[in-house]
Amino acid sequence: MRSVILSITAVLLALLIGAGILLLSGASPIAAYSALVHGAFGDAQAWQRTLEKSTPLVFSGLAVAFAFKAGLFNIGAQGQLLLGAIIAAAVGFGVEGLPAVVHAPLALLAGAAAGAVFAAIAGALKVYTGAHEVITTIMLNYIAINLTDYLANGPWKDTSPGNIVARTPRILDTAALPTWGPVPSGFVLSIVLAAIIYWLLWKTTFGFEIRTVGQNRHAARYAGIRVARTVILTMLISGLFAGLGGAVETQGVVGRYQPGFNVGLGFEGITIALLAKTHPFGVIPAALLVGAMKAGSSQMQFVADVPKEIIDVIQALILFFIAADFLLRRLLRLKAEAGEERLVLSTGWGSGE
Amino acid sequence: MNPWRTLWHYNRGKVLAAAALVVFVVWAYTRDPQIVEAVLASSLRLSIPLILGALCGLIGERSGVINIGIEGQMLLAAFVAFLVNVYTGNLLLATLSGMLVGAVLGFFLAFMSVTLRIDQIIGGTVINMLAFGLTGYFYQVGLVTKGKFAPIPIPGLADIPILGAMFFRNPPLTYLTLLLIFVVQFWLFYTPWGLRTRAVGEHPRAADTVGIDVYKMRYLNVTLAGSLAGLAGAYLTLEAVGSFERAMTNGQGFVALAVMIFGRWNPILAWGAALLFGFATALQTQLQFMNAAQIPASLLWLKQIPHQFIGMLPYLLTIIVLAGVGGRTRPPAAVGQPYVKE
Amino acid sequence: MSEFVLEVRGITKRFPGVLANDHVHFDLRPGEVHALLGENGAGKSTLMNIIYGLYQPDEGEIRVAGQPVHIRGPHDAIRLGIGMVHQHFMLIPVFTVAENLILGAEVTRGPMLDLERARQVVRHLSEEYGLQVDPDARVEDLPVGVQQRVEILKALYREARILILDEPTAVLTPQEVEDLFHIMHNLKARGVGIIFITHKLKEVLAVADRITVMRRGKVVGTTVPAETDERGLAAMMVGREVVLEVEKGPAHPGEVVLEVRDLRVEEHGVPVVDGVSLQVRAGEILGLAGVQGNGQTELAEALTGLRRPQQGTLVLNGEEMPFEDARVLIEHGLAHIPEDRQKHGLVMPFSVADNMVLCTYYKPPFARGLQRQPQAILENAERLIEQFDVRTSGPLAPVATLSGGNQQKVIVAREFSRPVRFLLANQPTRGLDVGSIEYIHKRIIEMRDQGVGVLLISAELDEILSLADRIAVMYEGKIVAEVDAVEADKTTLGIWMAGGQAQGAGHGTTRSAGAAAS
Repeated sequence: MRSVILSITAVLLALLIGAGILLLSGASPIAAYSALVHGAFGDAQAWQRTLEKSTPLVFSGLAVAFAFKAGLFNIGAQGQLLLGAIIAAAVGFGVEGLPAVVHAPLALLAGAAAGAVFAAIAGALKVYTGAHEVITTIMLNYIAINLTDYLANGPWKDTSPGNIVARTPRILDTAALPTWGPVPSGFVLSIVLAAIIYWLLWKTTFGFEIRTVGQNRHAARYAGIRVARTVILTMLISGLFAGLGGAVETQGVVGRYQPGFNVGLGFEGITIALLAKTHPFGVIPAALLVGAMKAGSSQMQFVADVPKEIIDVIQALILFFIAADFLLRRLLRLKAEAGEERLVLSTGWGSGE
Repeated sequence: MNPWRTLWHYNRGKVLAAAALVVFVVWAYTRDPQIVEAVLASSLRLSIPLILGALCGLIGERSGVINIGIEGQMLLAAFVAFLVNVYTGNLLLATLSGMLVGAVLGFFLAFMSVTLRIDQIIGGTVINMLAFGLTGYFYQVGLVTKGKFAPIPIPGLADIPILGAMFFRNPPLTYLTLLLIFVVQFWLFYTPWGLRTRAVGEHPRAADTVGIDVYKMRYLNVTLAGSLAGLAGAYLTLEAVGSFERAMTNGQGFVALAVMIFGRWNPILAWGAALLFGFATALQTQLQFMNAAQIPASLLWLKQIPHQFIGMLPYLLTIIVLAGVGGRTRPPAAVGQPYVKE
Repeated sequence: MSEFVLEVRGITKRFPGVLANDHVHFDLRPGEVHALLGENGAGKSTLMNIIYGLYQPDEGEIRVAGQPVHIRGPHDAIRLGIGMVHQHFMLIPVFTVAENLILGAEVTRGPMLDLERARQVVRHLSEEYGLQVDPDARVEDLPVGVQQRVEILKALYREARILILDEPTAVLTPQEVEDLFHIMHNLKARGVGIIFITHKLKEVLAVADRITVMRRGKVVGTTVPAETDERGLAAMMVGREVVLEVEKGPAHPGEVVLEVRDLRVEEHGVPVVDGVSLQVRAGEILGLAGVQGNGQTELAEALTGLRRPQQGTLVLNGEEMPFEDARVLIEHGLAHIPEDRQKHGLVMPFSVADNMVLCTYYKPPFARGLQRQPQAILENAERLIEQFDVRTSGPLAPVATLSGGNQQKVIVAREFSRPVRFLLANQPTRGLDVGSIEYIHKRIIEMRDQGVGVLLISAELDEILSLADRIAVMYEGKIVAEVDAVEADKTTLGIWMAGGQAQGAGHGTTRSAGAAAS
């Protein structure tokens, strides 16, 4: 309960300061925010937009939150998502003759696997060389951006007549994910995934190992837990979720891989994960919030003439307030509980721990 | 121990490799002086934001604070410097504004890390996100600057073969940066302030018990270091490019962290690393622009590589560096841990 | 002019949930050694931290040389002539002795550090006070006894007239303790007043001019060595008659449960465990004595799957074991009470129940395949809480909410509640109150009587002497002596611990008593 109150307060404070910035630049916060809300929830089409934008966010939020449980900072969700998207697209347009019931899951799996492998690289680097996953995953992000750019501009380019943009051909219908009313099936999948993660982390022995490694890796080794294996597996699974998110985006929304469909540096995943206090079920409302902001932002730009980047600023502020939680606690007079699982991240660059 | 001796002792391999590289460059110069000079000058230009970012990072880390927000500091500083240049045309003012912005963000990071004790990586992420958001929000297309810094050749020195083109025909901010490298080295290892800074980063409680104010040291260091990141941003827009584009820092703030680690938190070594990274990129770009006839056969294959893979190079190098190819690295012992006075 | 160089009156300090200092009165004359005695948690360190300015008192006043003073931080304390040598040294490991000395009070030439002058200062002070140190040595390369000298020099450089020594002998060999007493004598002769904090009764009686005992934040009384003895002091410390020795019957050693052959562990190419061979039999306690820092930590890590040695063989119950695999060892009957309970032994935010299955969470009945069985885990915790008398609000309480003694009980309960053939107890009673210490000693003896082979590693010689059946001494990574407990005496053990040679059964070394005597 306390966590929910803290998260809501963080969002409200961020919106408040965002309003301040809007005022400063001569815009009307009321006009902007109401356009934002309308663009996100105003009608069925808006809802669909919101859900579409939220779907990859749930996946990357889950990816980051999951990694956090093992004390790992997977900022690379963005790159893993991109790779997942393009690999899924490749399977989607490149593999012919399969029935939908096989093709779509195959493409999903391919995308998930791509993300998983990419993240596992960072995990292995950490385990065997001590390289901190923050920098390696950021670097891998840039590598992924370059790689997908090359593929979309080169070997996998859409060569249909009239196309000059860097993108892949459309995926075949058999690879597409259905939409049920305004709800993309990918969104439903993400909810299912959140439930699976919850079960994994708190009901299984593997989850116990992950959380132990995250809270105290010395005690984990003392207890016989294989820390290296746990770290690599955790990154692998984290990357799997991110890659899956990319695949879902390709197969459920865009229909192909197109660079720029999800520009951002993966920082949203972090904001969402922390807003959700790294709890899988919390990720869903947090992702909906950020997704709503993204969906409504074009409306806000169009109607209230406010550049949509204001939502990036608001997200930064949310992250700030949620991270400064002891500040918020003082504000709300809530005491910290002795046993709360802490987010233990920065222990230096760790070369040779 | 004399820091120079320590340098040599721990980095024999790298120093020898650097010497080999120098020999290669001299040989290449005899084959085609113009191209070599162009590549070298370009290497230095590319290395400037990296070394400034690395200096910013290492000053902070020496005092115990991790800063992954260098990218954001550079970007926002570049933006503000650009705006000041557009509206006043005063390059000096623009440079100072950029440095101020870097310092303000540095202060904010110090506030988050030292006072609020937010996880330092998250703090750096907040800065990055804020910078990207604010620059995106306030950016307007079509703003035009009245000019940028021009090169100032130093008479006499500018004519020295190889080194002259590289070092002595540069615009002012580049000269300033080269000077700063040595200033920081001196300050960190030869002054009481530097001693206290390093103490605070190694064992803050010990420093506390001899009466050093750990919080104040960290605040001052991180804020001042921020001005260097700000200078890097100012350099990008006022000297290198001459205008502003969204996300123009393009990850250099993160590569700067690798430069810092590669350089073992030592300004002079970090400079070597920055030059190396700059050289790799400059060489590749040069090969792209030359036609096949000019390139010796043994290097021709370099031209075939798609440009995106060249783009990946700094990031790959960073990962390799971090993976400890070149020996395990030893950061300041207390880096990343918030200090709590009991 | 006051006869006291330092007076402390009515000092009170509260922390959340605990009254650390309760109207404490304390004073110090120049040239005297005034010992402050008390067990862990009595409030001694808090009082000293207040005097040194690291804490602020809630009530009370401090006078230096008769003048009331307000000490806002170490800066003020240093200015007033108060110097402190902390229990955990406050030295920068990568700096040299000279750099550590001048840190915060740097000698400069213009804007630059004047390290040459710093070196001179070090040499000058070394000679004057008889504390030999090399100014250019890196602190991390120095042995612990020498590091302590650097700490003392730091205080003297700042012209301390009041020197606080906080548990200075915890990390010293008996020989080095003698050296320290010698230095203290020197300082006394120069009029320096020394506050000597310890919980070791014998030392206090040997060196103090006056003794003040604290218990639970209050001063219980002040006396002089002539008017008291160990029993009397111990009674003041705990408030009741204390049985200083544990009751145990004779051992009945069975077959060998643990055998170690030629174990070698290196750190940065230097051997810290250097060819150690040991045997522990079922039903006996082998006590490993030695000053901390002679390889015991690394040895324990190698034997419990936490570290891979460069060389060696480990045989548990007759089967050769791989290194760095704690799980295999646990499954073959290893129990481990770690040196640092909060670092290795417990996951602080987790519940008592989860901590109690930390090593067995994956086995039935606590898990079926991947699925955990929360009911079984809970029942197990409830049973153990009762059995081992763990004071907690419940099995689901985070273990961080328990006191140190109860946390250790959780570890003991966990380790003792599965089939055990070999127990490695590393500093099992460090930082605990007397009641918990007694309890844990009793349970260890119980284990031994049930046929478990016990390797007890402890820096407290008294603990070793009271529990062990056989005693081995470790010095600089080697086992330098091995004797039956009945034949051992403290002095001989002390000499071995310092690397010297002495009469007595067991193998000595050809090493002379080098470092300690210099």
